[in-house]
Amino acid sequence: MSHDNSNTQQQGQEEISPASTRRMFTKVVVGGVGFCYAAALGYPIYRFLNSPVEKATLAAAVTEITLKDAQKLPAGSALIFKFGAEPCLLIHLPEGKWVAMSAKCTHLGCTVQYEPDKQRIFCACHGGTYDPANGHNIAGPPPKPLKAFVVREVTDTAVIVSRA
Amino acid sequence: MNKLIQAAYTWANERLNLDDMLHFAQKKTVPEHRHSAWYYWGGVTLFFFLVQAVSGVLLLLYYRPGPDSFESVRQITFDINFGWLIRSIHSWAANLMVLSIFVHMFSVFFMKAYRSPREFGWWSGIALLVMAMLFGFSGYLLPMNELAYFATKVGLEIPASMPVIGPVMADLVRGGLEVNEFTVQRFFALHVVVLPALFVPLLGFHLWLVQKHGNALPPSEEARPVEQRRNMPFFPNFMLRDMAMWLIALNVLAVLAAVFPWDLGQAADPLKPAPRGIHPEWYFMSQFQVLKVFGNWLPGAAGEIIGLVWFSLGMVLWCLIPLYDPNRSSGRRGRRATYFGLLALFILIVTTGWGYWATHNETLTDAQPGPAKAGAAQSPPAANPK
Repeated sequence: MSHDNSNTQQQGQEEISPASTRRMFTKVVVGGVGFCYAAALGYPIYRFLNSPVEKATLAAAVTEITLKDAQKLPAGSALIFKFGAEPCLLIHLPEGKWVAMSAKCTHLGCTVQYEPDKQRIFCACHGGTYDPANGHNIAGPPPKPLKAFVVREVTDTAVIVSRA
Repeated sequence: MNKLIQAAYTWANERLNLDDMLHFAQKKTVPEHRHSAWYYWGGVTLFFFLVQAVSGVLLLLYYRPGPDSFESVRQITFDINFGWLIRSIHSWAANLMVLSIFVHMFSVFFMKAYRSPREFGWWSGIALLVMAMLFGFSGYLLPMNELAYFATKVGLEIPASMPVIGPVMADLVRGGLEVNEFTVQRFFALHVVVLPALFVPLLGFHLWLVQKHGNALPPSEEARPVEQRRNMPFFPNFMLRDMAMWLIALNVLAVLAAVFPWDLGQAADPLKPAPRGIHPEWYFMSQFQVLKVFGNWLPGAAGEIIGLVWFSLGMVLWCLIPLYDPNRSSGRRGRRATYFGLLALFILIVTTGWGYWATHNETLTDAQPGPAKAGAAQSPPAANPK
């Protein structure tokens, strides 16, 4: 470094001296090598920290889920199950229809509950209300309906739910 | 933009007196002579300590002490992305840190850098070494594998051989009568909270002393007239060299950790006999071998006690060296101190080598097939690690 300094000082600025191109070259090489080191250190640390995220993402990638014995759920009641990582509602409506939707409130992410006596889905955090038949937001702060899932089949032994 | 930075600097400077620090940094120099290479080892140790802090925090994200400890280290090693690498780096850097402490300490010793006014540097350095070894000892148990289990068992038998208070202390440290999950929990608290909380301020004190007194000159340089001595500015000359050493240290560490990933071993099983050829980390090998030898020569706990007295005496003498050899006019005492250091280094190297040779031989007997193996299994307890 000190050699470069003295060279540039001696040769002045009248032309693009070999010293200044050499300085440029040194800068680029040092910068490039530094970048490589930063990447070699940063990448494993990033992947290390990200490990549980990757596992959860992988687990969340399911497209269909079989809920054993869920067909026993009486009309006018609901249960909460996990679809991948997120909580979902399976509702057996009083008129006998089966519906499934995300249980994650679209307002700020609390888990909602089915209230059969009031025929609504309610979020206790900020009073958001949804229609249990289709998940539409009907009152309170939620900006959009609950994410829908599809009840594909109700068999003698299970209820099969898949992504919409 | 420049004006803004200037204003911010002035604002901070009025409150923090940054000019003083800058001025100090500008005039800080490092002596240049043929022994200057030894000045880098404190910095190398600091580098490995920083690596330990970072990799330790990363391991903390997935490690679970207590009954789950082996399983969590297994997950780190095999399930978590690059977990094997982070763990390997932590283990290798621990060993390299202790190694560079030893190089640093002996270079300080032979360059007589412990002499007045640097006594506190010597003593704080010894305390840091002892703490680094406690870091090593407590960290070694945390994976709760077979080696860790027996190393800790043996390690705690040694203080337990002290009369009266020994067994009480050992039980308290263990949290039980045998090494168990409470021991792991205790060592964990020691390793990640207690030791760092003591180590970091002491390290700060040690580094502050270096700034206060500057680098010590070895006697050969001190003998020269002042005008013949050469110095280099710390900023940027020495610091760039320091950084180059850090880069070399990083590369060595990366190669070792990646090419020789640290072994996980088997989960500890208190009902399984100790594997033959079991031995502690190299920096405890000398003590291990001395205890083993004394234990074979002397009956009962006498061996351990003599061994303990031997180490304590050695440590006390090692600490007293700056008082025995206080300055350049110590004359004959200075020479004796050097001989004492050479003797200490010699004993350390010989007993360590002896320990490795002995455990190597034990492993060889184990490797023989058939009757020899059956015989080995019934070998007298004297052959077991003490």
